[in-house]
Amino acid sequence: MSTRIDARGLSCPQPVILTMSKIREMTKGRIEILVDTDTSKENVSRAAKSKGWDVQIVEPDGSGYRIVIQKD
Amino acid sequence: MGMKNVLASRWGVIGVGAVIGILAPILQKLGNPGNMGICVACFERDIAGSLGLHRADIVQYMRPEIIGFVLGSFAAALIFREFRPRAGSAPIVRFVLGVFAMIGALVFLGCPWRAMLRLAGGDLNAVLGIAGLVFGIWIGTLFLKNGYNLGRSQKTYPSVGLLMPLIAFGFLLLVFIYPQIQGEPASGVLFYSVKGPGSMHAPLLVSLGIGLVVGVLAQQSRFCTMGAIRDLTLFGQTHLLGGLVALVLAAFVTNLVLGQFNPGFTGQPVAHTLHFWNFAGMTLAGLAFALAGGCPGRQLFLSGEGDGDAAVFVIGMVAGAAFAHNFGLASSPAGIGTHGAAAVAIGIVVCLFIGFTMRTKLA
Repeated sequence: MSTRIDARGLSCPQPVILTMSKIREMTKGRIEILVDTDTSKENVSRAAKSKGWDVQIVEPDGSGYRIVIQKD
Repeated sequence: MGMKNVLASRWGVIGVGAVIGILAPILQKLGNPGNMGICVACFERDIAGSLGLHRADIVQYMRPEIIGFVLGSFAAALIFREFRPRAGSAPIVRFVLGVFAMIGALVFLGCPWRAMLRLAGGDLNAVLGIAGLVFGIWIGTLFLKNGYNLGRSQKTYPSVGLLMPLIAFGFLLLVFIYPQIQGEPASGVLFYSVKGPGSMHAPLLVSLGIGLVVGVLAQQSRFCTMGAIRDLTLFGQTHLLGGLVALVLAAFVTNLVLGQFNPGFTGQPVAHTLHFWNFAGMTLAGLAFALAGGCPGRQLFLSGEGDGDAAVFVIGMVAGAAFAHNFGLASSPAGIGTHGAAAVAIGIVVCLFIGFTMRTKLA
């Protein structure tokens, strides 16, 4: 199951709050997160890793980034 | 993905905190006011004074450090391809938060950076200020947990993101066109304090150079004092906290080496000993920073990388400084201003209003 979070345009710490609450809700699976700044990219990746999720993809997407995290 | 950003790593942000902690006391040694090697709030207040937005003649100086912060961040954002022009996330709210953030900071007499530098210089009144800062940020995290947010910004024209760096550059030009004249309270359109903290400053090019270096490092490391405390209380994360602790420790050691460490409550430079107001002022400031998503330094660095909303917060702080000195809200070593207490109360009410009423479900 895959879920998408659109955190583009949201300032600190909203992208991390959204990611963390989805992680709590799902406990495992695959989450795709869209962000628009490098800071958000780093913060979301760091938060996911700290919860034991694997950061699988970080790639440019439009003017921002697409991040895919997964936990089996 | 581009190259890996080393400065944004755990040790990167610790290193940047340490560098700021060393450079700030050096700026003090070279002429900046006591325990004020760098103070974003105080220096923006001095800029408001240099522009004549307030006429408190002891705090008027176009601080090159602030100009350097914005231009350094701008340069780093261009070099590392992180310049992202964006705006439109509740600008009027960010302006108001900036105004009250400054008023709170000027009741305590310092931004979070200076609170840490005051502590590192032995000023124990800073403990009350830092406690208030933590308390205010903690209140902010309660709002964040309950869905508070200021909505999305939009990608916009490059020129929107360029305006703040252009303003900083314009101020720098003014300094060169109307340089300080020894003993004169004004030069062209700029005011220059001849006494008081505004008259105390490191050489122009040193201040500017250090400002530029800090701007580059802080933009790349995402150094944020408010974020350090917020992330700890909100997520249990210590990433940014490492930078904050490194700043205090490095400044403490540098102060010892330079003979600038004087422990105690009384007789501290640009400080008062009213414990409650040191606490309450920074509670207001901390809450405003948390609701706006960044400490005053971070807002400057964001404004340099194209964030128009952060720029509005900065302008709000400059306007807040003008209010603070025109209305007698700012403290002095003699104590709080005539209307400082009322302003703190009003500010907290306004911040609570913003926190309670601006909530949406984003996901």
